[in-house]
Formats: sequence, C-alpha cells, structure tokens
Amino acid sequence: MGDWKTITVPVLSSDSKNILSYTSEKKISPTSMNSQVLRLSLPSSKNMYSFFSAFCTEENLEQSISYIDRELTTLGFPSIYAESKGKELNLVSIINCMNELLVLQHKNLRAQEEVEMQHMKLGSDMDHLQNCYAKLKEQLELSKREIVGLQERDRQLQSKNRNLHQLLKNEKDEVQKLQNIISSRATQYNHDMKRKEREYNKLKERLHQLVMNKKDKKIAMEILNCVGRADGKRGAWRTDKTEARNEEEMYKVLLSDYEQRQKQLLLENAELKKVLQQMKKDIISLLPPQKQKPKEKSEDGLVLSDQEEDIGELNKENLWELSCETVREQLTNSIRKQWRMLKNHVEKLDNQVSRGHSGALNEKDVISREDHELETEKLELEIQQCKEMIKTQQQLLQQQLTCDDDTTLLLQDCYLLEERERLQEEWRLFREQKKNFEKERKSFTEAAIRLGLERKAFEEDRGAWLKHQFLTMTADCNNPNATTPSSEPDIRSVKSASRQRKSPSVLSSPFSAEPCQTSQYIAQNSVASEKPAADNMPNLWVESDDKEETE
Amino acid sequence: ASCVQHRLVVRDASSLQLLQLYTCLDQIQYIEWSSDSLFVLCALYKRGIVQVWSLEQPAWHCRIDEGSAGLVASCWSPDGRHILNTTEFHLRITVWSLCTKSVSYIKYPKACQQGVVFTKDGRYMAVAERRDCKDFISIFVCSNWQLLRHFDTETQDLSGIEWAPNGCVLAAWDTCLEYKVLLYSLDGRLLSSFRAYEWPLGVKSIAWSPSSQFLAIGSFDEKVRILNHVTWKKITELDHPATVASKKTIVYKEVEKSPTVDRERLSFPPTRELASSLFSTQSKYDISQVPVSLQYVKPVADRANPKVGVGMLAFSADNCFLATKNDNIPNAVWIWDIRKLKLSVVLEQLCTIQCFQWDPCQPRLAVCTGTSRVYLWSPAGCVAVQVPGEGDFQIVSLSWHSSGDSMVLLSKDNFCVCYLEREEV
Repeated sequence: MGDWKTITVPVLSSDSKNILSYTSEKKISPTSMNSQVLRLSLPSSKNMYSFFSAFCTEENLEQSISYIDRELTTLGFPSIYAESKGKELNLVSIINCMNELLVLQHKNLRAQEEVEMQHMKLGSDMDHLQNCYAKLKEQLELSKREIVGLQERDRQLQSKNRNLHQLLKNEKDEVQKLQNIISSRATQYNHDMKRKEREYNKLKERLHQLVMNKKDKKIAMEILNCVGRADGKRGAWRTDKTEARNEEEMYKVLLSDYEQRQKQLLLENAELKKVLQQMKKDIISLLPPQKQKPKEKSEDGLVLSDQEEDIGELNKENLWELSCETVREQLTNSIRKQWRMLKNHVEKLDNQVSRGHSGALNEKDVISREDHELETEKLELEIQQCKEMIKTQQQLLQQQLTCDDDTTLLLQDCYLLEERERLQEEWRLFREQKKNFEKERKSFTEAAIRLGLERKAFEEDRGAWLKHQFLTMTADCNNPNATTPSSEPDIRSVKSASRQRKSPSVLSSPFSAEPCQTSQYIAQNSVASEKPAADNMPNLWVESDDKEETE
Repeated sequence: ASCVQHRLVVRDASSLQLLQLYTCLDQIQYIEWSSDSLFVLCALYKRGIVQVWSLEQPAWHCRIDEGSAGLVASCWSPDGRHILNTTEFHLRITVWSLCTKSVSYIKYPKACQQGVVFTKDGRYMAVAERRDCKDFISIFVCSNWQLLRHFDTETQDLSGIEWAPNGCVLAAWDTCLEYKVLLYSLDGRLLSSFRAYEWPLGVKSIAWSPSSQFLAIGSFDEKVRILNHVTWKKITELDHPATVASKKTIVYKEVEKSPTVDRERLSFPPTRELASSLFSTQSKYDISQVPVSLQYVKPVADRANPKVGVGMLAFSADNCFLATKNDNIPNAVWIWDIRKLKLSVVLEQLCTIQCFQWDPCQPRLAVCTGTSRVYLWSPAGCVAVQVPGEGDFQIVSLSWHSSGDSMVLLSKDNFCVCYLEREEV
C-alpha cells in the first residue's frame, strides 16, 4: 500500500500519511467507509471528502484519469478509456470497474472480517491455552511438592522401620543374652546348691552318728503288750524267698493291671469295629444302585461285589476276634471307599437340588413340591379319617365293655332282634326269588315243550317238503361241487349248535327229559341249518340225514 | 477324735458323744487314726514322743520315744500296725512295729512336700530319697518292709511323689523351678516324662483321677494340663483366665443378703439371737451372666513362692469333675467337666477360698472360705449354709466323712459336724 503512495507522489498531500486510506480511492459513501473503522484509522468523513478532492482536482483530471486507467489495467480491469479513442471515457467500463472494485472491496472487507474473527478466536484460544498452561503449571508444581513431601515421609517411615527393626534385633539379642544369663545363673545356683547340700549332708551324717553313738536309752518303745497283726498272720523272716515272692507279687499286680487295661481296650476295639461294620452296611444301603455310567457301573459293580465278598468273608471269620493288620486295614479301607462314594452321591444330590431350585428343571425322579404337598395332605386326611374311625370304634367298644348288665342284655337283645329281622327279611327275599325261579323254570319248560311240539310239526312239514323237493330234484343232475365248501360252515354251525345244545341242557338239567333234549337238539340243528342259504338245501338234506343217522 | 492341748478326746461320729478321754504327756501336735480305726497316734513333736492309744482297750498304751533324734512327722502304715516317724532334719525314717517291737530304718529320706506315699491298697510304699545330690525313689513292700526297687530319678530336686489309685504308676514331679513330671511303673521303669515348658515356674499341684485314667498337673502359669494314662501325653490344657466368656459356663456368685429386721420385733435390750443375726450376714448365690470378670490379684513379683498358679486340684469321686483353684483369682473355684473337658461351673465367693473337698461318694463339693458358712455345690445347684450359733465360726478347713453323710468343719479353736440329710426316695 505504501508503494502506491510513492507512485502518485505529486498529487498527494500530507494526508497521504494515512497509508491505509488508499484502499478507498474511489468515492465511497461515508457509510461504507465507517464500516472499516477498527483497523483502518481512517480520517473522518469530512476529511474524506477533502482528501478525495485532494487526489483529483480539476487541474490534474487527465492525469488522474490516466493514472487510474493505468492502475486499473495493471490490476486486470478493462481500460476505462473508450477503445483507444483517447480522452473519451468509457462510462460503462468505468461503472463496471467501479462495480468490480466495490465487489472486490466487499470481498476484501469480508475477508478482513473473517480474518479479524479468526484473529479474535485465536487470541481467545491463546488466552485460554495460556490460562490452562498456567493452571497446569500450578498443578504440576503442587504435585511436585506433594511428591517431594511423600518421598520425605516415605524416607522417614523407612528410617523408622529400620530403627524398629534394629530395636527388635536389639531386644531379641537382649532376650537371648538374658536367657543365657539365666541358664548360666541356674547352673551356678545348682552348683552352689549342690555344694551346700553336700555340706548339709555331711552335717547330717555327723549328727546321725552322734545320735546313734550316744546309745540313747531314751530311744525306745514302751508298749504294754504286743498287738497282733492286722491280718492275723505271724511275721516272717527276711529271706531271699520272701524277696522273690515280693517281686512275683509286684509283677502280678502290674500284669493284672495291664491285663485289665488290655481287656478294656479289646472291648472298646470290638465295639468300634462293630460300629464300623454297621456304618459300612448302612452306607452301602444308602448308596443307590449305580445306573448312570456303564464304566462306573462296571467298576463299582466289581468293587461292590468285591466288597460284598469281603463282607461275607469277614463276617464269616468273626472279625472281632482277628486283629491282624491286614484285616484292620481292609476294614478301614473299605469304609473309606464307601464313605467317599456316599460323599460323592450326596454332592450329586446337592447339585441336583441346587439345579432344581435355580433352573427349575422337571426331572421325573424329583417329585415337585406341590405334588408332594398334595400327597401329604391326602395322607393326612386319610390319617384323620382313620383316627376318627378308631375313636368311634373305641367308643363303641368302651360302651360295650363299660355299660351295665341290664343295658348290655338289652343291647344284646336289640342286636339279636336286629339280626333276626335281617335274617327274616333275607329269608323272605330268598323265598321270593325261589318262587320266581320256579315260575321261570315252569315257563321255560312249557315253552320248551311247546317249542318241541312246534318243531315236531315243523319237522314233519319239512320232511314232507324235502321229500317233495327230492322227488322234483332227482330229475335234475347232481352238483358235486357245492358239497365240500359249505360243509365247513355247516360243521361250524353244527358245532355251535352242539355247544348251544349243551348250555340250555345245563340250565334245565333237573328237568331234562330225553325227548326234550333231542327235540332241542333237533330244533337247534334245524335253526342252525336254516342259516345257510336255501342254495344248500340238498346238502342240508344230506347232513341232517347223517345227523339223524348218527343219533 | 480331737485333741485339746494335751488331751485326746474321742467322740462318736454320729452323736458327738464323748467316748474316751486320754491324756498325753505334752501338747499334741498331730493325731492320726489307724486304718482299722482301733488305734490313734498322738505325735508330740516338741518332745519327740509318739503315744498310741487303743480304743478297744482304754488301758492299753504305747509310747515311742525318738529321743535326741527329734520328731518332725509321724504317720501310720496302711496295715495299722506300724508307725513311721521322721526324725529331725530328715535324718532318717524309723519304722516302729507294734506287733513285734522291732525297728527298721530308712536312710536319707528326702525333705520335700510329699516324700512318703502309700498305694491305695496299702501294699507298697514309695519313699523319696536323696543321696549325693541325686534323687532316688525306693519302693518298699509294706507287709515285710523289704526293699523292692530302688532307682534314681532325673529330677533336679524332687518335690513330691504320688501313687496312682490303681497302684501301678508313680508320678514324681520336680521342684517348681523346673517343670518336669516323671511317671514310673511299679517295677521302677520310667514310663514317660512330661515337660510343658522350660523357664517359667513349674508344677504347683498334682492330682490323679480316681480311675487312674488322668493325671492333672496344675502349674504356675495358671493352667492345668491333663495327661492320659495310655500315652502319657497331654490331652488338654485348662486355662483359668480372669474373664469367663464361655456361654455354657454357669457362674455362681455369692451375694450378700442384707438381713431384714422386723421393726416390731425389735426389743431393748436386744436378744442374743437378734444380735447375732444382725451381725452375721446372710448370703446366697446368684447366677451371673456371662461374660463375667473375676477378681484378679497380681502377685508381688519379688517374693518366692508367689500366690500364682493353680494351687489346689481335686477330682470328684465319680471321675466326672475336677475342681481347681487358681491362686491368682483366690475367690473362685473352677469346676471342670471331665467328660467334655470343658469348664462347667465357676463359684465366685466373697472371700478367699481356704479349702475344698469332694464328697467321697457323690459329685458334691464342699467349700469353705474362712467365713462362717460352708458352701456346697452339686450338679443340681449350689447352696450356702450358715453355721448356726453365736459369734463367728470361721471355717478354716473341712473334711468329709467316708460315707458322705456328714462333714467336719474346723475353725481355729472349735469344730462342728455338719450332717447332710439324704433325700427320701
């Protein structure tokens, strides 16, 4: 900007000291001028006008125009002269240039604003950062001081620790020293004591000698008469025999004591062994038969079988009489094994229970609580009912037992009467039924007789009809084919007929008369034989003939 | 039997009726009945004379004179026919026979707490001896006074010996400067030795259980250690702390009951009974809530034989309970249940315990504290019994009758017999 000033020297006045005012060469409205107040120390509007007039006056118009043109062209704007015509100005281009310049100015202004904004931002950022920096520096200072303080404390504590260790060591040393002192003093005292004791013993010996030597007649026992021994025996001389006997007795006493103790221990042992055996059996019974894993099963099965064999063996051998190592070990080992198995089983059950609680699995083995409760309720009800029954029965019993003779007799009579009445009723019923039966039987027999008679008549009719048929049929040729297949159903039907024959005969056995039977048979037979269709008439005829013949 | 000055008074035990009266030459220091209750010996230590009186024949007399040898202790042998006199300075023990007038001597007896002990069945006698600064034990057969065994002990200074009730094991313990308990079999073999710790003061008291199963050792560290007879190893340690904290322990505390005086019955001058009842304080037992802190006495550190540690031990006759007294807590009796090896009861008294003894038949403990009351404890409860009478009767010691029906309460000048009624079943 300062360069411009140097170029346009002649025109400019002292106002050109305001270097930046050259940015506003053109006639710009005072408002736009005022917008650039901050950075650009522009002169006031008054001065502006005067300044504008300072650049271009009426005298140097041409020069200023040419100058402006030159500037504009150097800036890249089109010339303001109108097509190299010389001094005629191209207004359009002037206006355009002005517009361009204005636009440029605006742009520049905006850029400036932006730059200023950024500048401000950066400035505030800087401030902020400086503040932060200052704070951090302070913090750093503080922490450094703290560290130093802590280090100092640590050092002090360590030194204290060392001191205490030292003290402890000193104390320990002292204690050791004191112990040594004590022991040395103790030995010294012992030695002194021994010395004194020896002196004392010597004195005692001396005294003893004196006492004995004096042959004091006073040392005597005056006794009126000798007293017998407590156990009545006489005193015995001291001999080797007696000594030996003493030894013997002593050993006897000791032995008897030991034997007693041993007996007690044996008893205890036997009891404990029994208890262990019992425990083993219980554990084995508690353990479920292992189904789950075949491997385990085989192992356990083997093991179990082994152990069961063992148990059998051991029981056979009267375990408590044996006390050898191997047997004892066997027993304890087997118990340990069983216990371990039981423990595993219990653990498994625990797991199951916990799973059941948490995961709510429906295992079929596990009865759900509600079912269980229902069952228990039912059982309780049952129990109550039973109890009530028992109570009532007891009451009745009591009544029977405790009531007076009269009442008992009366009661008995009542019972008898009741029973008699009941019996009579039953008799009555029985008789009625009997009568009914008789009636039925009679009706049956009548019906049977009627039926027989009817059948007879029917048979005669049939015989006549068959004869007639036969006579008519003998004219035609025989069919040998039809016989065999139909014989089976006939046989079957005959069989059923025979079966049916049997059953009615059973019913009416007391009244079975021969003719009746046969008539029935015939009737059944005819009934059966009527079932097959009328096609088989000639066969029937053959069959019935056979049957009649076989009868 | 009781002695007054130089007279021996024999009374009937159930009626206290005077039966015999004997006069001795001088003041009697010690009396003892013979085991068959036919003779009484009266020892006159100052004169060195022992006089024996017969109950059946009052005219019979016997006098044993030790002469210049002096007399320090005298006792009967278990068969009731021999008297063992310990001469002065423990020079020797003289065995005088009443049947044969013969004398035997036992040399170099040891001057200790309990130097001569007899087995329960009276067959054997163990004597502690010391020759050439070494301790020995001699076992004699009482029937003919023959030496059976003589062996040395590994003790510094044997302080006492005691037979087990089954007569097969002898326990010997060292001075309180060394904690050492040695167990010898009847034939002199060392079965085992027990040492709980090294430097602090050692064994203060020892007691065998009646079944010979346990040996209780009370020591100066306020603990009782119980050894079992199978392995002779410690099975438990019973501690006596000043604070009883276990919930299962019953603490009976003796509480003074202030006597209620009926205003209307006050008369002037006050009658004797009233006066005595006013002055004698009644007391009863209260059950204190656990935890209870007992009165702890810290002993003076300078003196020898400090009042520290478990000083009294006694097993009950049925082998179920052990009563102990910790001298640091002098007002309390600790009763332990042996079957559970736990503390079952603590009796807290108002005064220092003087003496306690178990009933020879039942698990009943009688305690006296120097007041005029005797305290009885049994698993059913405990009771404080006032000795009726005028004035103060300060019971210093007591002793049960062998049947467990009565006991003798001794004070300084008097004694009285307490009869216990049996429950009518």
